[in-house]
Amino acid sequence: MSDIVATNQTILVVGGGISGMTAALEAAEVGKQVIVIEKTPSVGGRVTKLYKYFPKLCFPTCGQEINQRRMAANRNITVLTMAEVTELSGEAGNYSATVKISPRYVNDNCTACGACAEVVESEFDDEHNYNMSKRKGAYLPHNLAMPKRYVIDPALIGTDEATKAKEACPFNAIDLDMQEETIELKAGAVVWATGWRPFDANKIQPYGYDRFDNVITSVEFERMMDPFGPTGGKLVRPSDGKEAKNVAFIQCAGSRDRNYLRHCSRICCMASLKQSTYVTEKYGDEANVSIYYIDIRAIDRFEDFYQKVQDNENVTFIKSKVANIVENHENNNPVLKGVNTEGYHRYENEHDLVVLAVGMEPSVAKDEFPIELKLNDEGFIENDEANGGVFAAGCSADALDVNRAVQSATASALRAIQVVNRVAQAEG
Amino acid sequence: MSDEMKIGAYICKGCGIADRLDVGQLEMTATRDGKAAICKQHDFLCSEEGVKLIQDDIDNEGVNRVVIAACSRRAKTEAFQFENVALVRTNLREGVIWVRPDTDEARETTQEMGDDYVRMGCAEAKYAHPPKPSGEQGLTRAILIAGGGVSGMTAALEASKAGYKSTIVEKSGSLGGATAQLFKKIPTKAPYADPEDTGVDEMIAAVEADPNITVFLNATLTKTAGAPGRFEADITTESGSTETQMFGSIVQASGFKPFDASVLTEFSYGKSKDVVTQLELEALAKEANGGPIKRPSDGKEVSSVMFIQCAGQRSKKEGHLEHCSGYCCSASIKQAMYFKDQNPDIDTVVLYTDLRTPGAGGENFYRSGQKKGVIFTKGVASEVVHSQNPTVKFKDLILDEDTEVEVDLVVLATGMVPNAGSSTREELTADENEAKETGNEIRIDADSILNLDYRQGKDVPHMANGFADSHFICFPYETQRTGIYTAGPTRRPMDVQQAIDDATGAAMKAINEAENAALGRAAHPRSGDLSFPSFRKEGCTQCKRCTVECPFGAINEDEEGYPVYNESRCRRCGTCMGACPVRVISFENYSIDTVGQQLKAVDIPDEFDEKPRILVLACENDAYPALDMAAQNKMEYSAFTRIIPVRCLGSVSLSWITDSMNSGFDGVILMGCPSGDDYQCHFVKGSGTAQERMGKVGDTLESLSLEKERVQTYEISITDIQKVTQIINDMESTIEQIGMSPFKF
Repeated sequence: MSDIVATNQTILVVGGGISGMTAALEAAEVGKQVIVIEKTPSVGGRVTKLYKYFPKLCFPTCGQEINQRRMAANRNITVLTMAEVTELSGEAGNYSATVKISPRYVNDNCTACGACAEVVESEFDDEHNYNMSKRKGAYLPHNLAMPKRYVIDPALIGTDEATKAKEACPFNAIDLDMQEETIELKAGAVVWATGWRPFDANKIQPYGYDRFDNVITSVEFERMMDPFGPTGGKLVRPSDGKEAKNVAFIQCAGSRDRNYLRHCSRICCMASLKQSTYVTEKYGDEANVSIYYIDIRAIDRFEDFYQKVQDNENVTFIKSKVANIVENHENNNPVLKGVNTEGYHRYENEHDLVVLAVGMEPSVAKDEFPIELKLNDEGFIENDEANGGVFAAGCSADALDVNRAVQSATASALRAIQVVNRVAQAEG
Repeated sequence: MSDEMKIGAYICKGCGIADRLDVGQLEMTATRDGKAAICKQHDFLCSEEGVKLIQDDIDNEGVNRVVIAACSRRAKTEAFQFENVALVRTNLREGVIWVRPDTDEARETTQEMGDDYVRMGCAEAKYAHPPKPSGEQGLTRAILIAGGGVSGMTAALEASKAGYKSTIVEKSGSLGGATAQLFKKIPTKAPYADPEDTGVDEMIAAVEADPNITVFLNATLTKTAGAPGRFEADITTESGSTETQMFGSIVQASGFKPFDASVLTEFSYGKSKDVVTQLELEALAKEANGGPIKRPSDGKEVSSVMFIQCAGQRSKKEGHLEHCSGYCCSASIKQAMYFKDQNPDIDTVVLYTDLRTPGAGGENFYRSGQKKGVIFTKGVASEVVHSQNPTVKFKDLILDEDTEVEVDLVVLATGMVPNAGSSTREELTADENEAKETGNEIRIDADSILNLDYRQGKDVPHMANGFADSHFICFPYETQRTGIYTAGPTRRPMDVQQAIDDATGAAMKAINEAENAALGRAAHPRSGDLSFPSFRKEGCTQCKRCTVECPFGAINEDEEGYPVYNESRCRRCGTCMGACPVRVISFENYSIDTVGQQLKAVDIPDEFDEKPRILVLACENDAYPALDMAAQNKMEYSAFTRIIPVRCLGSVSLSWITDSMNSGFDGVILMGCPSGDDYQCHFVKGSGTAQERMGKVGDTLESLSLEKERVQTYEISITDIQKVTQIINDMESTIEQIGMSPFKF
């Protein structure tokens, strides 16, 4: 890694999701040197785990393909995967970052031919599928992974299988002695694009996510639709593999709630409306979807999508914050209890499957930032001069949908360019 | 092109290629059939050593056409980058060995696949030239900004901070736009509890003090000609004088028009002076300046006020807006605070159906409103009765009852109507020679903003609800006019803070395009592409199909009706090439020949061999990756398949279909992106156009006495990994049923 050139005219992008990629591309395409630091083995972030986007119901991998092609073609961008910024100090125009790079045990020689995976049997939880399925110990994170390079699970190191994998590689791409590395990088500006993580549904005790098999989260539901996902694209419930036709969505699960996340995560209403179409498309007239909501926040043109879903007779909207869930022990059906506030009607509704529309919280907790930044109470980075040359992009700035995250990232690229252009001017 | 062609073919033996294919034979095919001057094999071509082998031949042997017969063009892109040569990737891994079983029976047909792909690669290389910019590059990087509101000023200030000059053209007599009419704005900083100063005066002062920014007030754009890098704008001021300036790119920040509330007669707007819009309340609040707000009818200090949300919005009623304007919920909370902050005893009720305050700031502000005693009632207003005081009749959805309340003042939260200029929709669909019945609503309801001197209309095409939005979720700034980016509420409804962020991003895009246009590089989605279409004037019949079908309005016409290309307006999709009935349009490295000669290079076994040939023309962005991923998952498909990636289905020339039929292909499959309202084509209407054209292919087949099943068009998304293999295998079965093509020689 000693060949990485970074100066105080370099832009460091922390996080390689769609926001980080966008910021990196915009800056690199106008000639700036950019280094992207991505924690996982491949770029793309959360969007690669989505099946479809609202409101077009198109596929995130489609735009991902374009962005990856732009990145591959651009020599101004260096991507470091399995890397994390552990320390960051300095000021606008002059930052020093310490980056820890975890071993992948596979080097640039890898052609993604898959020979190593063929000889490895051990399986581990598949992060790409939110651990709902297994992947091999030698693996490509997903079909569209970039860099297209295999990863050896650290748990394999020291085992015979690791040796077998190494021997199976015709290109000498597997290096089992690879060590964790720490490098120092200079940068003029930093785009902070570490994104979001789904709120931990275990914390919402009344909903029993930890106790009931058929209570799942929205991000898990999304993976189930993928033909290469944990259920092979089948909409079935975890307890018995039965087709999930009567599905309830609980909005604001962990959001807009003093006990959990105080903020509105913005995406969850649209996500559930989108996911309701998964059920109605799969099961047609047999589909029975209930959406329990406080307010449906389908702003601007998303309203059209909301109206379209409302027109579907198989989708019912219930204005209610669900009080709690119990399980019918005979059939493992979750039973939702609460009050429909429109007219104040108590209900006890049984469903095949319950999807918790969990909110988004910043990936980096308030006390985990390597440099002091102005954060709001919710932990998002404020756009504030006090942050110097560090600019938040995407969901580290607020709870945003993809469209707005990309806008935010495009803006942050310019803010970073302003800093490095000032440096360039000063240095003549 | 004066360069002497020298093809170097490089065959990789790695990833099992040499185990499955007779590489010696591939080499012979490359030199004998493909006319490669140099052909080399390597165990590991993408290694440093392998790449050096190629680079050395470029440097020392004069190789200027490089054919890499290895993995998919989507793999190892970073390794195989060579300057000043035409590069062709022919796909032996994902295209051959990974989709075929490793059995003795399959060996022969697998080898035939490999040989054909080598022939095809060499044929493509023979007709490809290294792309070079046209030479008509941009002269300036300055940015033209239409509109001097917060969006326009932000774009100018942010561009200036990065060192770029800009010119703001503002129609009215002052900067500030709609924000200047506000008393306060929705808060932008934690704790998001109280309205904030708009900051518009400071912004105006900053613009005026900035030497990088020129401002024209009382001015409009009377003509905008040219292309990114060399836009030529006529700026006409009210006095009638016109000044022409050059620009690299454009930010259109033309804002919004307030919704015309006079259609809301049920709410007595226009009849009662005490029924006002949000914008009108701002004026009252400004006048009060922190003191008691007085109502218009009699100047009485307001002691009770009701806000009716979604007035004329989220409604399919005639004259209403179908969209949600997104900002009005927060705006009503802010305005309720104008009253509460001055006197907590004033009754303020917000009547809503869904309260929409997303994000961290939104929800905090909502809570702050609740804390200050603003009442939020879920209900739908049916009528405002006008008497001395207005009475609002509404259905309370929580109590499930009809009720009414008398207040001093009613505020209607009416929404934003985009100020996006004239609609160019009819010009996009209609050819002036053969006016089509499109069934599309034709609207020209506004003056043009940009007055573009384009064949396809004066403004950026509108999207849903009249906004000049992008259709893309991943690429929100892309419009259908290259180098013109919209910002602020002309793009989608938004509040002040969102407009500031949005305009900063738009300035970034404008800078990106100005820089790249100067180098002759394409904009999204083929960013950086230097290839460019040219046409052979002698052959052109002035049919104008290219100028009509270009999804980006890139092509103008001269007085005689010949196309006039504009390099930097072009996105390099090739839709013009596909449109041209006389095949005179081509790119250096993508032309009628680079594809046509490939399909002709395929070895067609004779009819009695029972080895049909299926040609697949696949969109490079979605269908081709889907085919690659099928291969990656070792999903098999017919060995008789020969796949050629195309830039867009829109670039497919009908001549390729007839040529393939004439040369004995038994079936042709076209794979493009979904079209229609939710189109996924990154060239907007390329795939839709192609499908329209292919509708006519039946006649061609009929004239050749061929079955129509032999040519099929599919909409393929990138995730249709299983579907693509199924489609190919179905075609093989179809051919089994209908028989081999009689056109084998």
